[in-house]
Amino acid sequence: METASLQIPAEHEVTMPFQRVIGAYLAEIRSECLRYLRAPGFMLPVILFPTVFYLMFGVLMNGGHPHAARYLLGSYTVFGVMAPGLFGFGVSLAIERDQGLLMLKRALPMPPGAYLLGKMVMAMLTAGIIVALMLVLGLTAGGVTLAPARIFAFLALGVFGVLPFCALGMLVGTLIKGQGAPGLLNLVYLPMAFLSGLWFPLSVMPGWLATTAPVWPSYHLNAIAQHVVGLSTAPVTGHVLVLAGVAAGCFALAAARLRRRG
Amino acid sequence: MPDERPVAALRGVSMRYGRVTALHDVDLAIHAGQMLALLGPNGAGKSTSIALLLGLLRPGQGRAELFGCDPQQLAARRRIGVMLQSAQLPPTLRVGELLRLTASYYPHPRTVQSCASLAGIEDVLMRPYGKLSGGQRRRVQFALALCGRPTLLFLDEPTVGMDIEARQKLWATMRSLVEEGCAVVLTTHYLEEAEALADRVAVMAHGRVIHQGTVDALRARVAVRRIRCMSSLSAETVACWPGVSLVERHGGALHIATLEAEAVVRRLLASDADLSGLEVTRAGLAEAFTELTRDADTALHTAREVA
Repeated sequence: METASLQIPAEHEVTMPFQRVIGAYLAEIRSECLRYLRAPGFMLPVILFPTVFYLMFGVLMNGGHPHAARYLLGSYTVFGVMAPGLFGFGVSLAIERDQGLLMLKRALPMPPGAYLLGKMVMAMLTAGIIVALMLVLGLTAGGVTLAPARIFAFLALGVFGVLPFCALGMLVGTLIKGQGAPGLLNLVYLPMAFLSGLWFPLSVMPGWLATTAPVWPSYHLNAIAQHVVGLSTAPVTGHVLVLAGVAAGCFALAAARLRRRG
Repeated sequence: MPDERPVAALRGVSMRYGRVTALHDVDLAIHAGQMLALLGPNGAGKSTSIALLLGLLRPGQGRAELFGCDPQQLAARRRIGVMLQSAQLPPTLRVGELLRLTASYYPHPRTVQSCASLAGIEDVLMRPYGKLSGGQRRRVQFALALCGRPTLLFLDEPTVGMDIEARQKLWATMRSLVEEGCAVVLTTHYLEEAEALADRVAVMAHGRVIHQGTVDALRARVAVRRIRCMSSLSAETVACWPGVSLVERHGGALHIATLEAEAVVRRLLASDADLSGLEVTRAGLAEAFTELTRDADTALHTAREVA
């Protein structure tokens, strides 16, 4: 029994130095990233889905179309970037609300927002890994050429493009508890990817279906992605604003629900 | 006197979920250096009371206080340690990593080594949490509750799934924490745990605190004592004696429950010269507790019938 270390702090000792507050945020981010990087059940699907799809449809069966490898590099990267947001953020929130971890964190003196910030950075990191792998595949097996500035912009697109999907995942994660969330998010994820032209260009879809594509946030991220890979010259400001609006709107709704119900 | 101000308190708190009243005008106070055991059947309002003290819920009526502040203030929560019954921690993080993370929330945490030795988990620091047994997980959660040098500890069913040795070790640590001036709020299903540790007991039933006081006072509220002896007297005979409430025979042994132990013992000795193995015990906390909650149940039913 180690009694020497059992001293109770005096009242004046409970103020937290600023440095330690920053340290708490960093510790939360570090833990959140570590735990998911170590979880193959999460990492393998989010990495394998976009890369394998790209190798199959963008490289092996691209039908000899000159722009297919380039278009699908953009669209499958968007498809890949959605997953850490929807699943890493949304599903983990839904499950941790159910399993009491969120309650414990709220009872502990964790600094405000550290929990969500940790999940956000984890999703951005995972998105960065996915974009980097897609770039390697595209530039080698896909034979796509990109200027260094475009490569850098493409990475940034992935790392920041995950944020609206984090917010969407967070909203779903506050609406549903526990194991129901993965199913519902797949019902959102897969149709959204298909209907916004991530698997096949919208031009090969029925016209009426193609006109509905702009309701999906993934359509707007894909439009920016096609601009970055050089297939489109249309202005992207509108798309950026839509995505920022989706992110802010979903986050505000989710944060309000989380405050009210936990 | 700073010691007289409670470290945590519920004052006249009522809580409703829709039509269900979870808490009914509850007053609870926890003082420094005191271990309060919160007892009661499931659904009695123990978890709701704890959630209010932790700031996880807002009282519908009345006030919850933590160190005289609103429990939702971070500064107040920096002085508490928490062990919840249901929380599942990330399985892929190692025990040492979990300890460092939780310690980072506090201004003056203990070292990882000292938490580990207090909770008896030195040997699993490098192992992922998901690979631990149920008892080991509880000990890790106990270490997490201690790591911030709390002035007030909330322990929700802390020893579920622990073996006897681990439980004894945890009890010893809890006792020395209390001796150092730490206050503990303990909810438990193990009445012997409350009996062994707590200074004060609050019994809850149907959202009310139906008894608050020392363990001895709780036992005294139930005056029943148990007499056990080896005797040839028949259970039927003894059952007819005045003051005897219940007689059972287990093999050669008679078990008698009575409010007047002295008179019954005198008569037993007079009636059976060969009587041996005489034991008289006061009812344990378990009996007192059963009796109290049964009274509360009866009161509730009567109130409903009258209404």
